[in-house]
Amino acid sequence: MMTDPGLLALVALLLPALSFLVLAVAAPLRRLGRPAAWFSILCAGGSLAAAVQAWAAGGDDVSRLLWAWLPAGGGTLASVGVLADADSTLMLTLVALVAFLVQLYSVGYLSDEPPPGLGRYYTYQSLFAFSMMALVLAPNFVQLFIAWELVGLCSYLLIGFWYQKPEAARAATKAFWITKAGDVGLLIGIVLLWRQSGTFDFFELRLLAEGGALPLAGLSLITFCIYLGAVGKSAQFPLHVWLPDAMEGPTPVSALIHAATMVTAGVYLLTRTEWLFALTPEVLAVVAWIGAFTALLAAVLACVQDDIKRVLAYSTVSQLGYMMTAIGAGLAAAGFFHLLTHGLFKALLFLGAGAVIHAVHSNDLSHMGGLARRMPHTAIVFLVGTLSLAGIPFFGGFLSKEEILGAVWAGGFVGPFLLLMVVALLTAFYMFRVVFLAFFGEPATAHITATVGAAHAGHPHDPPASMRVPLWILAAMSLGVGISSTMAGQMLQFGPAEREGPAWLMPSAVGVALAGILLAWLTYQRRTIDASSLAAAFGPIRRAALARFWIDDIFEGGYRVGLLGFSRAVGWVDRYLVDGVLNALSAWTLTAGDDVRGMQTGRAQDYVYGVAVGLLVLLLWVQWVLA
Amino acid sequence: MPLLTLSWLLPLAGAIGLLLVGNADGRRNGAIRWLTLAVSLATLAVTAAVWAGFDPAVAEFQFVERVPWIPAFGIDYSLGVDGISLLLVVLTAFLTPIALLSSWGSIERKVKEFSIFMLALEAAMIGVFVALDLFLFYVFWDAMLVPMYFLIGIWGYDRRIYAAIKFMLYTMAGSVLMLVAILGLAYLHSAATGRYSFDLLALSTLDIAPQTEMWFFLAFTVAFAIKVPLFPFHTWLPDAHVEAPTAGSVILAGVLLKMGTYGLLRFSFPLFPEAAASFAPWLALLAVVGIIYGALVAMVQPDMKKLVAYSSVSHLGFVVLGICAMNAQGVQGAIYLMLAHGVSTGGLFLMVGMLSDRRHTRLIGEYGGLKAVVPRLSAAFLIITLASIGLPMLNGFPGEFLIMLGAFRWDPRFVVAAGLGVILSAVYMLWMVQRVYYGEVRHGENATLPDLHPREWASVLPICAMAVVMGVFPTLFLRPMEASVEALVQQMQATQTLRAMDNPHPPAPRTPTPGNWTAMRPVTRILYSLSRPHSGPSRAERGQKRWLPAKGSGGYQGAVPLGWLIGIGN
Repeated sequence: MMTDPGLLALVALLLPALSFLVLAVAAPLRRLGRPAAWFSILCAGGSLAAAVQAWAAGGDDVSRLLWAWLPAGGGTLASVGVLADADSTLMLTLVALVAFLVQLYSVGYLSDEPPPGLGRYYTYQSLFAFSMMALVLAPNFVQLFIAWELVGLCSYLLIGFWYQKPEAARAATKAFWITKAGDVGLLIGIVLLWRQSGTFDFFELRLLAEGGALPLAGLSLITFCIYLGAVGKSAQFPLHVWLPDAMEGPTPVSALIHAATMVTAGVYLLTRTEWLFALTPEVLAVVAWIGAFTALLAAVLACVQDDIKRVLAYSTVSQLGYMMTAIGAGLAAAGFFHLLTHGLFKALLFLGAGAVIHAVHSNDLSHMGGLARRMPHTAIVFLVGTLSLAGIPFFGGFLSKEEILGAVWAGGFVGPFLLLMVVALLTAFYMFRVVFLAFFGEPATAHITATVGAAHAGHPHDPPASMRVPLWILAAMSLGVGISSTMAGQMLQFGPAEREGPAWLMPSAVGVALAGILLAWLTYQRRTIDASSLAAAFGPIRRAALARFWIDDIFEGGYRVGLLGFSRAVGWVDRYLVDGVLNALSAWTLTAGDDVRGMQTGRAQDYVYGVAVGLLVLLLWVQWVLA
Repeated sequence: MPLLTLSWLLPLAGAIGLLLVGNADGRRNGAIRWLTLAVSLATLAVTAAVWAGFDPAVAEFQFVERVPWIPAFGIDYSLGVDGISLLLVVLTAFLTPIALLSSWGSIERKVKEFSIFMLALEAAMIGVFVALDLFLFYVFWDAMLVPMYFLIGIWGYDRRIYAAIKFMLYTMAGSVLMLVAILGLAYLHSAATGRYSFDLLALSTLDIAPQTEMWFFLAFTVAFAIKVPLFPFHTWLPDAHVEAPTAGSVILAGVLLKMGTYGLLRFSFPLFPEAAASFAPWLALLAVVGIIYGALVAMVQPDMKKLVAYSSVSHLGFVVLGICAMNAQGVQGAIYLMLAHGVSTGGLFLMVGMLSDRRHTRLIGEYGGLKAVVPRLSAAFLIITLASIGLPMLNGFPGEFLIMLGAFRWDPRFVVAAGLGVILSAVYMLWMVQRVYYGEVRHGENATLPDLHPREWASVLPICAMAVVMGVFPTLFLRPMEASVEALVQQMQATQTLRAMDNPHPPAPRTPTPGNWTAMRPVTRILYSLSRPHSGPSRAERGQKRWLPAKGSGGYQGAVPLGWLIGIGN
C-alpha cells in the first residue's frame, strides 16, 4: 500500500492526464459521447480517491518528486514533478473533488449535446483537471507557469465550447488575451527572480528568502510582476473584465474553472510564495488595497445584474478580492482558508444556478420566480450556498470571512477593512436578491410559455439524480465545514494570536450580513421598499454600475482605437514607406536605365570620343594619385 | 559512409534523374510524385542516421569530410555538422516531404519540373547547413535561390513574377556583399599565412584589424539580416510568402529564414567576435523593433498568408535576440525556436494552403464558423496556432523561455519589449482563429467544405506530433546542441577577453575621441571611418598588396604604360 503523499498525489495528477490522452487520441471513443464521459468521470473519481489519500497521508511531511525537464550544462535548469505538502494536498483534494462533481453533473446538464460535442467537452475537462493539479503540485516556478498557461488554455476552450455563438467565441478570446497580459508579467517576474537567485525551485528559493540570502534590491519589482500574473488570473481590478464575460461557457464550467479552481490560482500562487512577498511589504500593501477595491467594485456591480450567472461571476470577483486583501494584510492562511470554503459553496451556487437555468431555459432573473415550490431540492441547496456566502454562522463561509476581516483589522489596514465590511453588506444583499427573485415571489409563466412552448410550460422541475447528487454533496460539505469550523472556531489557529481580530468583530460582521439580508427581504420579498425608489436613491452609482463603470469600454476603446488604429498606421507605413522606398528605388533604377540608354547613340564617332575622354580622365587620375 | 555527402547528393541525384524522365502531357505525374516523395523520405532517413550517430558530448564538428577541391585557392569540399547545424539539417529533411505532400493535389501543371526544383532546393538547403568551407557555403547559398525563384515565379499566385524578382534581388544584394567579405577573408588569410583558405576553422583564428573586422561583420550580417528577415529588410517576405505556392511557403518559412539566423550564429558572430559584441545591442534593437512591428502589422492583415508571414518577422526577432545575448540559454533558445518556428509556421502555411485549395481565397473575411464544418482541420490549426504563440507543452515555449532567460542575463530592457510581442502574438493569432473558425458559417460556399483527407492527414499529423514532442520533451533536442553551444559561447567570451587584454586600457574612456575606437558607438564609428577613409594602420604596414604596384617597385616609373592599363603585357 502506497503511503507516500508524493506518489499518491502523482497518481491523482496522472489519472486525468491518462483520460485526456485516451480521449484526445482515440477519436472513435471520443465521438461516442457518453462512454467518453463515463471514462473521464471514472478517472476523475480515481483521482479524487488518490488525492484524499494523499491529503490524509501527508500531515506535516513534505514529499518531493522531481524529473529533469530543461537541461543546462550537464545539469538541470528546470524540472517537473510533484511537491506534496499540507497546503498543496488540501488544494489538490478540493480540485479533484469539484472536478469530479462537475464532471458528474455535466452528464445531466449537457444531455442535449450531440455525442461528439460531449466527447470534446470531457476531453477539455480532463485536460483542465490535469493542468490544475499540475499547478497545485508544482515544485517550482517553471512548472507553475506551464500549468498556469494550460489552465488558461482550458478556460479558453471551455468558454468557447459553444463556438457557434459569436459572444462565446468573443468572450473566450477576450479571456485569453487579458489573462495573457498578466501571464507575461508573471513570466517576467519568474525570469527576473531566476536572474537574482539562480533557481526556480520553491524549496531553494524559500531557503534563500528565509536565510536572508536573497538580495532585496529590485525584489519589489519581482514580486509585483508575479502579482500581475495573479491579477490577470484571479480577476483583480483592472483585469477583472474577462470573468463576467466568461459566463458564456456552460454553467458547470463556470462552477469549476471560473469559481472554484482556476480563478483562485492567483490566490494560491500568492499563498504559495508568501515567504517571498513577506520581504516586500510595500507590494503586499498594494495587494491589499487593490483586493479590497476589487471586492467593493464587483459587489456593487453584482447588485445591478439581471443575469443570475453574472451576479455569481461578480460575486466571485468580489470574493477573490477578499482573499487577496487577507494575503496583502500578511495572513495568507486566512485567504487560503477562504479559498477552500469559497470553492465549495461557490461551486454549489453555480451548479444550483445551472439547475435553474436548465429548468427555465433562461439566465434572466425576471424569467424566474416562485421556483422554490417546483424545485425544492435546488432551492434548499442554493439557500445553503447563499447563507455560506453571506457569512452566517454554521455555514461554510462564516469563519473564513471572519478570519479575513480579523486579519485585515489586525494588520492595520483600516481602509480596506471598512471596504470589506461594506462588501459584506452588499454580498448578503445581492445574493438574497437573487434568492427572493428566483425562488420566491410570483412565477414568470409568461416567459416560459413564450420561449419553451407547451411541453415545458409551467413545469420547471428539479434536475435528474446525476445533477442532484453533486448538489447535495456540496451542500452537505459546505454545512459540515461551516458547523465544524464554527464549533471549533476558537481552536483553529491561522496565525499568531495577536493577529486575531477584536471581540466586537464577529457580532458586527454577522450583523452587517443580516442587515443586507433584511434589506433584500424588504425590497424584493415584502416589497415594503420599492425597488425603483431604491434604484433612484443610488441613481448615479447605479447608472455607472450598469455601464460596468466604463472599464470594459475603456478596454474596448483601447483595443479598437489604440491597438488596431496604431496597427493600421504601422501597416500603412510598412506598405508605403518601408516598402515604398524600395519600390521607388527600383523604379528609379529602371527610369535611370532608360535615361542612360540615350547615350548609346550607335554612332562610332561618339564612342571614340568617349574612349578618348575616358582615357584622358584615367591618365589624369593616375597622375594625380601618384603625385 | 559519407553520410553528409549522401544527404545532399541524394536529392540532387533525384532531381537529375527526374530530368531524364519523359513526361509529355503529364502521363507520369503520379509516378514522378511518388518517386520524389521516396527520394525525400530517403534523405530524411539519411539525416536521421546522422542524428542517431551524433555524439552529443562532442562540441566539435562531426561526420567531417574534407577533400581538396580547388587547391590553388585553398578551396576545400569540406562538410560537417555540430550541435548547431545537426537539427537544422533534420528539420530540412523533415519539412520537404511534407511540402511535397501538400502540393500533391494543388500542383497540376508541370509536375516534373516542380519536383525537380523541390529536390534541387532540398539539396542546396542541406548543403548550406553542412558546408564548412565558406566558398562551398556560398555556392549552396546562391544555388538555393534558383529553384526558389522558379517555384515562386512559375507556380505562384497572381503577382508571382513581382514577388519572385523581389525575392531574388533582395537576396542577391545581400549575398554579393557576403561574397566580397568571403573573398576578403581568404585574402587576409593569405596575407597572414601565405596561402588562401576558405576553411571556417582556419578563418576563425585570423587576427583581423578592428576596422576591417567591422566591415566584414557588416557585410555578412546584412546578407543574413535580409534572409532572416530583420526589420527593415523584411518587405520581400510577405510578397514572397503570399505569392508562393503552399510548398514554397512551407519551405520558405520553415527552412530558408533559418539560414539567416544560422548564418549569424555560424559566421557573423564567431568569425568577428569583437565587432559582434559591439553591434549586438543594435542588432537586438532591430530584433525587438521587428518583434513588435511584425506583430502590429500582422494584426491588421486581411490575408491569412500575409498574417502568418508577418508573424514570422516577429518570431524571428526573438531568435535574433537570443543570438545577440550570446550566452548558453540565449543561443540554445534561439536554435530551439528556429526549429519550433520551422515546424509550426510551416504547419500554418500548410493549413492555410489547404483552406485556400478548397475555397480559392485566403481572405479571413471570406471564412467564419469553419470549426463546425471541418473539425479536424480546425483542431490541427488551433494546435499549431497555440504552438506558435508559445503555449507551454507545445514547441514554441521552451525556445521563447530560454531566450527570455538568456536575454535577461544580458539586458533586461529588451525582454520587456519582447514580452509585449508575446501578448500581441496571442492577440492577432487568436483573433484570426476566432474569425475563421468560430461563430456561424456566414458564406454558403463554406458550409460544404470537405475535412482533411488521408493525404492531408499524412502531412498535418507529423507537424502536430512534432509540435507536441518538442514541447513535452525538450531535452531530446537540447542535449545534442548543448556542447557545441557551450563551446561557441566560451570561444566568443574568450576572444573578447583576450582582445580586451591586448588593449592596454581596457576600461575605455566614455567620450568618443577619434583616436580611440573602443569607446565609439558603432554607428559613429562607421560615419567616422567613412569621413576619413585612410585612417588606421596603412595598408603597407599591414603587409597588404596594393592595387597598384608601389612606387619604385619596378614596372613603371611616373607614367602608366598603356599595355598595363588594358591588361596586356607586364
